[in-house]
Amino acid sequence: MAKDYVKKPKVMAKEVNLYYGDFHALKGITLSMEENHVVALIGPSGCGKSTFLRCFNRMNDLIPNTKVTGLVMVDGKDINDRGMNVDQLRKNIGMVFQKPNPFPKSIFENVAYGLRVNGVSDAKFIAERVERSLVQSALWEEVKDKLKKSAFELSGGQQQRLCIARALAIEPSIVLMDEPASALDPISTAKIEELIYELKSQYTIIIVTHNMQQAGRVSDKTAFFYMGELIEYDDTKIIFTNPKNTRTQNYVTGRFG
Amino acid sequence: MKTGLQKFTEKFVEGLLFISGSITSLAVILIVLFLFKEGWGLFNETPVEKGSVIALNKSNPVQQLSAAQVKNIFDRKITNWSEVGGNNDSILIFSVNDITNFYSEAELGDSLQFVPQRISELMGKKSGIIAFLPTEYLAKNFEGRILPLKKITLKGFLKGKEWFPTAQPAAQLGILPLILGTLWVSLFAILIALPFGLATAIYIAEIADNRVGKILKPVIELLAGIPSVVYGFFGLIVIVPLVQRTFNLPVGETGLSGALVLAIMALPTIITISEDAIRNTPRAMKEASLALGATHWQTIYKVIIPYSISGISAATILGIGRAMGETMAVLMVTGNAAIIPHSILEPMRTIPATIAAELGESAHGGLHYKALFALGCVLFVMTLVINLTVDLISARKKYSK
Repeated sequence: MAKDYVKKPKVMAKEVNLYYGDFHALKGITLSMEENHVVALIGPSGCGKSTFLRCFNRMNDLIPNTKVTGLVMVDGKDINDRGMNVDQLRKNIGMVFQKPNPFPKSIFENVAYGLRVNGVSDAKFIAERVERSLVQSALWEEVKDKLKKSAFELSGGQQQRLCIARALAIEPSIVLMDEPASALDPISTAKIEELIYELKSQYTIIIVTHNMQQAGRVSDKTAFFYMGELIEYDDTKIIFTNPKNTRTQNYVTGRFG
Repeated sequence: MKTGLQKFTEKFVEGLLFISGSITSLAVILIVLFLFKEGWGLFNETPVEKGSVIALNKSNPVQQLSAAQVKNIFDRKITNWSEVGGNNDSILIFSVNDITNFYSEAELGDSLQFVPQRISELMGKKSGIIAFLPTEYLAKNFEGRILPLKKITLKGFLKGKEWFPTAQPAAQLGILPLILGTLWVSLFAILIALPFGLATAIYIAEIADNRVGKILKPVIELLAGIPSVVYGFFGLIVIVPLVQRTFNLPVGETGLSGALVLAIMALPTIITISEDAIRNTPRAMKEASLALGATHWQTIYKVIIPYSISGISAATILGIGRAMGETMAVLMVTGNAAIIPHSILEPMRTIPATIAAELGESAHGGLHYKALFALGCVLFVMTLVINLTVDLISARKKYSK
């Protein structure tokens, strides 16, 4: 374990406060994550875990009257710095949302979108990358014969894997997942979890989840949020078996939340 | 548990709703039926008003003439019967006033009581004669032959190139110039309004901050509340002279002036409906695009517009519909010449403007009156097609989550 602490953190948050207007949504969050780890953010609804996730690709910018203080570092760079190119930052960070949200385009164009908007026009390169991303997200076998079809023709679980493929196509180093399986049936959920496990070797994954078992199954570390505060952050095993804080214990054992 | 009174009240309210619904539907159906009944009557008529006839010499082999042929004969554009399928005989045009050229006052009688007799004689004598006569001047043993005229046909009505509904002796009822005028003016109005409307809708929905949007939107909706005659007045005073000066035209009342006024009038429809469609784009979809490193603009034209395209098309077509049916403003600024337009810089006349301008001066139940109703039916069909297209487009793509 000692070796881990020598590693540079991939993602780091220090004293992060976030306000929606007058509402203090995140209260002094400090934590760091290492490369090729899966970190689960858990906590009851409205505890700030999704908001915290959206700090890493500055998605909170889109919500009016939002103010962030503190330091968010990705690959050693302060992403809230004025000189930061947000589009460039987001290119390096893939995001998968709660509900599957494919674009009103073909399956192929959905995956190619990230490349196209980033100025890639080499058709051969795009085709290769699309195939690779779909293989990675375990969707290729199901869609290889209907790439020209609308993405809306896929089932919910397939759409969500398509969204993962879309996020992977831009070759990010970090993937943010905001309750990626909450709108899916158990079989699709199992597939997504399997996928997260496989992707770990290449990506750093931060996943927000309501499902405690899911957090236990897929993550290396778990952070428990409550009322905008980070209550406890430790190895997943410790959080679920021997948490230091009683609130964490109450939550993971299902006594509230 | 429901009490008897509650049940009764529910039934009563249900009944009221049913009655008001049926009355409204019935009223709409009756209006449409009335429109078509009055309009359809046109196709049983000949182009000569009741109470008058066209007569020829008995030896003339011509069996039938069309309205256009009659007009050309009386305009002296056709001067020989061989041109309309008769003998090689020059045409002599005769109307009641010309009788004094052939007979003296004594021969016509003191109180003109012999006029019908003399006309009859004349009709028998002159082989090339064509006469336009009121029926009261027909003698009992009339020596001429009354010419049956071709009935007005739907095809002739739609494809005819001349609109002179009050022409004597035969009305010219061709509405092609009116249809084309309507289409030209509406089409240009949309071509002008669409880019501005779409740009404004995108600006309000996506770019403007909330405060600007909150001011801009009511202002645009206010545009829809201005009476059309005010737009017409504005067009007449501002746009007409502007068009005249800009293009150096003899008159400024052109299709373009009408299109400009209509474009301003169609803007609120286009803006509000497109803006709603753009706002309906799920936030998750915008965020997905931005999260992939797309800029705001790339997101707008690669995701938001494709997503809301059916709403935008519906807005466009509704805008066209509004432009087509608009009457007053167009009547005031387009110049109202019923000729087939060759460029947008010519005066044009639209269907609604024609109806509004002419219905007051047409005799109830007469040929002109029926022709205007038939014109109304044509406009009704045109707007119906447009509304059905909107339904089709908005039903076509309903993107589910």
